[in-house]
Amino acid sequence: MDYGASTPVDKEVIEEMLPFFDKYYGNPSSIHLFGRQASDAVEQARGRIADLIGAQSDEIIFTSGGTESDNLAIKGVAFRNKDKKDGKGDNIITCAIEHPATLETCKYLEKLGYNVKYLPVDKYGIIDLDELKNSISKDTFLITIMFANNEIGTIEPIEEIGKIAKKHDVVFHSDAVQAIGKVPIDVNKLNLDLVSISSHKIYGPKGVGALYVRKGVNLQTIAHGGGHEKGLRSSTLNTPGIVGLGKACELGKKRMKEDTEHMKNLRDLLIKKVLEIEESYLNGHPTQRLVNNTHFRFTAIEGESLNMMLDDKGIMGATGSACSSKKLQASHVLTSIGLTPEQAHGSLRLTLGRMSTKEEVEYVAGEIPGVVNRLRVMSPLWNR
Amino acid sequence: MADMYTDIVMDHFRNPRNMGKMEKPDGIGKVGNPTCGDVMAIYIKVKDDRIADIKFQTFGCTAAIASSSIATELVKGKTLDEAMKLSRNDVANELGGLPAVKMHCSNLAADALREAIKDYRNKQKKKK
Repeated sequence: MDYGASTPVDKEVIEEMLPFFDKYYGNPSSIHLFGRQASDAVEQARGRIADLIGAQSDEIIFTSGGTESDNLAIKGVAFRNKDKKDGKGDNIITCAIEHPATLETCKYLEKLGYNVKYLPVDKYGIIDLDELKNSISKDTFLITIMFANNEIGTIEPIEEIGKIAKKHDVVFHSDAVQAIGKVPIDVNKLNLDLVSISSHKIYGPKGVGALYVRKGVNLQTIAHGGGHEKGLRSSTLNTPGIVGLGKACELGKKRMKEDTEHMKNLRDLLIKKVLEIEESYLNGHPTQRLVNNTHFRFTAIEGESLNMMLDDKGIMGATGSACSSKKLQASHVLTSIGLTPEQAHGSLRLTLGRMSTKEEVEYVAGEIPGVVNRLRVMSPLWNR
Repeated sequence: MADMYTDIVMDHFRNPRNMGKMEKPDGIGKVGNPTCGDVMAIYIKVKDDRIADIKFQTFGCTAAIASSSIATELVKGKTLDEAMKLSRNDVANELGGLPAVKMHCSNLAADALREAIKDYRNKQKKKK
């Protein structure tokens, strides 16, 4: 139950991709027949991705995934606005619970002299819109706020942020990696200028993603070379991957209503059952959250051992505990929503997929109490 | 992380030895802190200057649980002086090795044991 980490590639997506490995293997940049066959497929995929988010085909740039898209969006805008670095105001406004792809990029830009504001979040992970408004100055050229948080599932007030960004004429980027296919996104309705998309989160292949770039938004490339993708991302296009992503987006759009209803029901059932456990809590917003995301914490037990025991029972989850990270630090997301290190330790993220079943949820909900209890009996911090 | 744990570590994690609370322990050692995510408590019963019985409780990761479990196994029946010498390397070696980032867990187990023995000895001094 770790679909938030990655999803299986849909059979229809694999079918669509296969001919592009050894039949239509031409370089899409070549002018001959083989090249044209490949580039036609790429353009069809481009259209399918644009369709999913209400964009124009030529506003989609292909990348290697969500991380690269975040890097291109943020660095791309920043490098185009070097002159604003010396101003006193914040150049980039982001938030404390972003994915490391955004946070590390921002930290890197700070080293180069840019000013970045990391908006704090409330106990649910939501930013304060007034604080956002008050942080904008003439030096601000980018707002980057994720659509939905990958750990706790909270969905940010994107429509309101879009209005604020538009009013102040600031470019608005959103890392929508977790939200694509689960939340309807219309870039014009939401006033989005840049959107990061990742294939392997929506039943597409790993190693490919996209960045939506609104016409009129200028980026500097971070990948120099043959000038592909309007000079924004040089590299021979990954035809099979791109075809896969395109098909995944087409299916995502078609299935969104059905998928989201299905996952929401399962999510709510899982949350209801797990919260019956003594001293268990839900992290993230109770309703303004991704339809497939559940994130719990249990007093007096530790997340890595919890996940290992669940793994032994065939239940695969994730945790934000310090012991599970290479840096031995609790997740910055959990810390930002106000959890103490002790509270952050006993965390468990379970994320559903479109193929999750009620039986699976019932099995998982049935096994967790026993495992939690076993670890509590073992714990010197549990006094019952 | 899982691929970094040996079969011995996983065995002690799945089937911890000497786990639980003890009725009227002769010595208690509690180390670590919840902030770091590791708390270990070791309880000992001492007879004729030997560890007659030992139990542990751990709040922590797989490595922490396995380290405490194996530490109790290693010192059961030993004299207090012998048990005091238990090092993190003894614990880690018996486990077949621990990932570098988890070595502090083996240290904690050895520390908890030492604290339990010190606690026992302090209590003995007070009796005299």
